[in-house]
Amino acid sequence: MAFDYDKYIRPGKLPHIWCPGCGHGIVMKGLIRAIDTLGLEKNNTAIVSGIGCASRLPGYLDFCTLHTAHGRAAAFATGVKMARPEMNVICVGGDGDGTAIGGNHFIHACRRNINMTYIVMNNNIYGMTGGQFSPCTPTGAKASTTPYGNPDPAFDVAKLAIGAGATFVARGTAYHATQIDKLIVEAVQHKGFSVVEILDDCPTTYGRRNKFKSVIEMMNRLKDIAVPVKAAEKMTPEQLQGKIITGVLFKEERPEYTAEYAKVIERAKGGK
Amino acid sequence: MDKKLPTIEIIEKYCKGCHICVEFCPTKVLEMKGFVASVKNLEACIKCMQCELRCPDFAIKVTA
Repeated sequence: MAFDYDKYIRPGKLPHIWCPGCGHGIVMKGLIRAIDTLGLEKNNTAIVSGIGCASRLPGYLDFCTLHTAHGRAAAFATGVKMARPEMNVICVGGDGDGTAIGGNHFIHACRRNINMTYIVMNNNIYGMTGGQFSPCTPTGAKASTTPYGNPDPAFDVAKLAIGAGATFVARGTAYHATQIDKLIVEAVQHKGFSVVEILDDCPTTYGRRNKFKSVIEMMNRLKDIAVPVKAAEKMTPEQLQGKIITGVLFKEERPEYTAEYAKVIERAKGGK
Repeated sequence: MDKKLPTIEIIEKYCKGCHICVEFCPTKVLEMKGFVASVKNLEACIKCMQCELRCPDFAIKVTA
């Protein structure tokens, strides 16, 4: 039976603005299925984004949505969560929005371990503004601002999140569509700051400059480089060269920020 | 044996012609007709829903 996506989409908003073959649509579908599985109420769910292609996502969804300044999704979402701790808060954004311009907000939200989910759609480039290289552009890849190849090493978003203190970190790809909703469901259920990095494709500004002939080639690359966590445990570092590990990469329990802050308020009021 | 065929609805207004559904259909049910996807061989459909799952543009609805 066809899944009824229309139930969660604002009427008259489709077709969306993303280019033909852009994986953001696949991620949005995964997010909708995850929300449906979790049974989250529309009025009790806030979806927050910054600026960029990926950040257009909340505009299509019929929830409480917030489209904020570039990179500031985590900051605004923290505000929403602090004011209404009972709300389910989900941030969405791209790699540039999350790790460059919003890098500071991102790491500090990780450090605080505030109960929300951040979905980073990593397409290795700034797509909307014309294909400038981002911190997630691989070394040697071409972008409009690195026409002779990018000299910088790329960020590993998952490792960055783990290092900064996020308590749930997972990674999926736009190719593995059914895995996306499973990861998001687990991330939302986790009490604490959860990061889901989804490797995506940008055929228009990344693929075309980096000798990918088609969207299909980009999707097949995602399929080829992805290695599930369990399979990766049995592989040597040489075999893992050039691969990316997918699945739930890290999970731990740590005091959650809004609960800790409620205790501070109690103490300030004179309680113990 | 009489097989109940699914219905594959393609919303042409939403389809951007990215070829993902055509390429990832395991039984090659779909084809490109100009810039949009269309159903070529409905009899071969095994209702795996891969086209609906992967379509980034919300353009395919499979009802089995």
